[in-house]
This record gives sequence, C-alpha cells and structure tokens, in this order.
Amino acid sequence: MLRDVEARVIANTRLSADYNVIALAAPEIAQATQPGQFVMVKSARSADPLLRRPFSVFEVLRSNGRVDGLTLLSKRIGVTTKILYDAVEGDTIACLGPLGRPFEIVDPPAEAWMVAGGVGLAPFATLGEALLARGTTTTLFYGARTGAELFYLDWFKSRGIRLVLATEDGSTGDRARITGPLERELRQLESRIPNPDSRSDIMIYACGPEPMLEAVAHVTAKFGRPSQVSVERTMGCGMGGCYSCVIPVQDGPNGHHYVRSCIAGPVFHGEDLVWD
Amino acid sequence: MGLDLSVQIGALTLKNPLIAASGCFGYGVEYTEAVDLSTLGGVAVKGLFLKPREGHPPERIVETPSGMLNAIGLQGIGVHRFIQEKLPELRRLRATVIVNICGSTLDEYVELARILSDAEGVGALELNISCPNIKEGGITFGCSLHGTFDVVSAVKKVTPLPVIPKLTPNVTDVASFARASEEAGADAVSLVNTFLAMAIDIETRRPELSNIVGGLSGPAIRPIAVRMVYECRRAVKIPVIGMGGIASARDVLEFIIAGADAVQVGTANFVDPFIWKKLLDGITDYMRRHNISRIADLVATIDTTSREKEWISS
Repeated sequence: MLRDVEARVIANTRLSADYNVIALAAPEIAQATQPGQFVMVKSARSADPLLRRPFSVFEVLRSNGRVDGLTLLSKRIGVTTKILYDAVEGDTIACLGPLGRPFEIVDPPAEAWMVAGGVGLAPFATLGEALLARGTTTTLFYGARTGAELFYLDWFKSRGIRLVLATEDGSTGDRARITGPLERELRQLESRIPNPDSRSDIMIYACGPEPMLEAVAHVTAKFGRPSQVSVERTMGCGMGGCYSCVIPVQDGPNGHHYVRSCIAGPVFHGEDLVWD
Repeated sequence: MGLDLSVQIGALTLKNPLIAASGCFGYGVEYTEAVDLSTLGGVAVKGLFLKPREGHPPERIVETPSGMLNAIGLQGIGVHRFIQEKLPELRRLRATVIVNICGSTLDEYVELARILSDAEGVGALELNISCPNIKEGGITFGCSLHGTFDVVSAVKKVTPLPVIPKLTPNVTDVASFARASEEAGADAVSLVNTFLAMAIDIETRRPELSNIVGGLSGPAIRPIAVRMVYECRRAVKIPVIGMGGIASARDVLEFIIAGADAVQVGTANFVDPFIWKKLLDGITDYMRRHNISRIADLVATIDTTSREKEWISS
C-alpha cells in the first residue's frame, strides 16, 4: 500500500566523500517494498527543491523480527542528494512509496547474476536477499571508478553471494568496465558447455548508468540470456502523472513507443527496451 | 454547521471546488492508491487528440526555482482508447470527469466533442487551446480572439456538455480571451495554463528540455495567475476555474477570493499525491472559522477598499 511518511533519520553513514547510506524510519513502506521498487523523497522541512527524487530501496532494516525502516544508497550529485548526504540523526525526510514494478525473482536451478555500476548497487541488497531466500545461486558483478567506491563487499560476501569486481583504474578487480568480466564469464560458460540445452538458465539483473545498461542488454542478447534492467530517468512524480520519465520500448519489428518508467518500470526486460 | 462546497459549471455540479489539473494527473486511474477520486470536485484527464501521440523525447521536465518546466508534447492514447480503457474505470470510481481535448484543426475539436458527447461518464469538456509545447493547432486558437471564439462556438454547437476553454497566460490581455469565450457560449473558463519559458545548462550550453522551450508551472507562477483570475472575474459572468501554483489550502482560498469558482491543482500533486484531503480540510476549517456556509459566497470577495481610509477612521 502506498504511503507518504515524514521519516526520521535513524542513522547516516558516509561511505566516502560522495556516497552515503541513510537509514529512515519508514517501517510500513519498508515492509511493503519488493526488490527493485523505489521511493520518492524530499526534505520534510523545506519546499526547495520542489519535486521529489527517486531512490531504490537499498536495505530493509530488521531487528528482533520486526521491520524498523529502510536505507537508501545515495551519491551526492545534486541538491537532494546533498540533503541526504548532510542529514543528521533526527532530521526528517518525506518518503513516498513503495513505487514501481519490482524485479521478477528466479528460482533454482536458474542462477542469478546481478550487474551493478556505481550507485546502481542500490537495488541489489534486497534482490540478493530475496534470491538467496529462494536458494538461487547468486553472483554480483560490481564495477566502479576506483576500489574505494566499491561498498558493502563484505555484506554481500558474508551472505554467500559470489563477487566479481572491476574498476576503471584497476585498483580492485579487473581494470575494465563491469561488462568486461560479464562478457568473459558468459563466453567461458559457452565454451565449457557447448550444448545450449545443457547450460543452466541464468537471469541477468542490471542497474547503473544507462550506457552500462545498454552494454549489458547487448552482451546478454549476444549470448541469448534474458535480462532485467532497472532504469533511471528524470522523474517528476513517480506515480504516472507527469509523463516525464518515459523510455522507448519495442513495438513491433521496427517501431517503438514511450512508456512511463515509473509505472511500467523501473525494471524492464532488457530485450523490450530500445536504446537511442 | 453543514457546509456547501458545491460548484455549478453549466449543467454540471462539482461536489467541491478541487479539480485535478489536466496533464498532472494522468488519466486519474494512476492515483487511486493516493486518493478516492469520488471525493474530488473533478478530474481533468490528460489532454486527448483523436489519435494516439508519442510526445517529445526526453528530457521533458526540469526543476526551476519554486517551479518546473515541462515540454511533454501531449503524449496520449487518443480518444478511442480513452473511452474503451479509462472511462469505464473512472465511471466505476465515481469520478466527475472533465475531458481535456486538443485539436490540430477546428474540425478535430468538433469531432472530439461529438465522440465524447456520446460516451457515458463525461461531465464536461475542457478545450486545450493553450498548450505552449506543440506547434500544430491548440495554441494558435488560444492566442487569437477570433480563433478562441470560433473553436468555442463550433464545439458548443455539437455538444450538450459544459464547455470550458483553458486559457493561456501568454497573451497581453487574458481577460479579453475570457470575454471572447463567454460571447461564444462557453460555460466557464479555466486559467492559467503554463507560462512559456526556458532553461539552459551553462556548462554544455544546451537547453534543459529537448523541445528547447517549455511551460513553467508551480508556486513560482502563482501571484501572476491570481492576478489573471482576478482580471477575468471582472470581465465575465461565467464561472472561472483558477489554477497556477496552488500548493496549500491557503492558496486555494486566495484564488477563490480573487474570483475563482473552482480551482485546479497540478504540480503540487506531483510533490504530494495525498494533498487533496489536506486541501479540503483546510478549506472547511477556514469556512467554519469565517462563518461561511457556502463556498460560493466566498468567490470574488476580495476587499479592495482603501487601506488609508481604514487607518484614518480607526
């Protein structure tokens, strides 16, 4: 059920000069959130900025079997992300959600490969937990500019998620965009098991900058693997009211049409999207 | 004290003065998790042409101080799919539906009005003659007194539904357009649509919107919209539906006092889809506090007597 709450900031952890994880006391929203869904947030104290901004729910916080709230992974790039970075315990953030179409979660024997670029890690903590709860073998491909911007590695590793890392400066993992190791592993799988019918199903989930999502969609299509990608477009309302966050989807062999990524997405099947 | 919040627009009775503004509320059905549509005075659905439209490529919006620019380009499903897919649901939800129609030609407005008059569950027609973001039609009617008169009278000839031209503020004297609408038989006028505006990213020197220019809405435009509603109220006898940056009950009341019989809320619904109950509660609190039993009694009650005189007599 949709709610708008003035959520108290429970904690705010600065991970770097730009990244932070902010914990908000919005238990009803957290409880109702499915992996891949998002919230629209703004300062509860100020009308500037006017419009809310969308954030994937990063973690659902639980203690003693009770849901206490949710966290958002944020990178400081604009006014609202600065508010989230600077917020201190006791501040209030208006939080509307949960919104959007969640990921479809695959069951064993299918495997799940999650591909994250930078702050695109955000939806994969809840997705990873949901996959593990189903017993699905899960890998996280995670890329960033530099090793200091790869976060929560222990969090994923300790839960039994295999990590494949890449950085643009080579400080951690491959010196590559994350689609490099993704393509390599897909190729290895192909050469190891030549018969396509004998290969296990793999669902590839991706979130990150749009050029990365486009590259993931191409790579997965090349190897005949399905994908689900979470997109972020400039969003005014998150509810389907403003028609700002549209993205082109396939419509017959040559055509395309715009759909609202807030309600038709933010998660799409990679093969449905048309890349500009 | 029983309060009467109803508003009469031609043959249509709105149960209260709060209307969801066209272009800011989808087709209404998107918002059912946030608001019971039957509690609204009306739902002005997203502008419809005869045929589906793709609209402009992104970027379609950008935030500006206390407001936003948009150039959506009237993406829409077209009137036939609206009648098949959305109208039955709106009827089931007991929404008072105001259908906003857009045409490239006068004939298209007339055709849309004919089709919608035969559909079940349409309360009124709002004529979009004021969208600043598309070249063909619409605004060319809204920026000419003859064009406004012609489109209103042509539509009035073919529909029994109340007809509400939505006026653009991008003219020298909006009151003269209200007058032309009234003379052509309009049942009400609604104003203001957005102000033509633009914003530029100085680092890339590129416009923020793919359409280069767009319409400004939000609290930034409210004082101008209030002034325009005030001017129109003095120019015509038909109801005036005011809009432009309303974000609180106080803002609704300001428009009503300036001369609006009803109001539309757009941008603020993006920020807070639960705003409707807050607005309604704020209006009824005010009415009780000021001993007003009928909202109609508050319309155009602005007191412009000289302040100086009051000061001397006290």
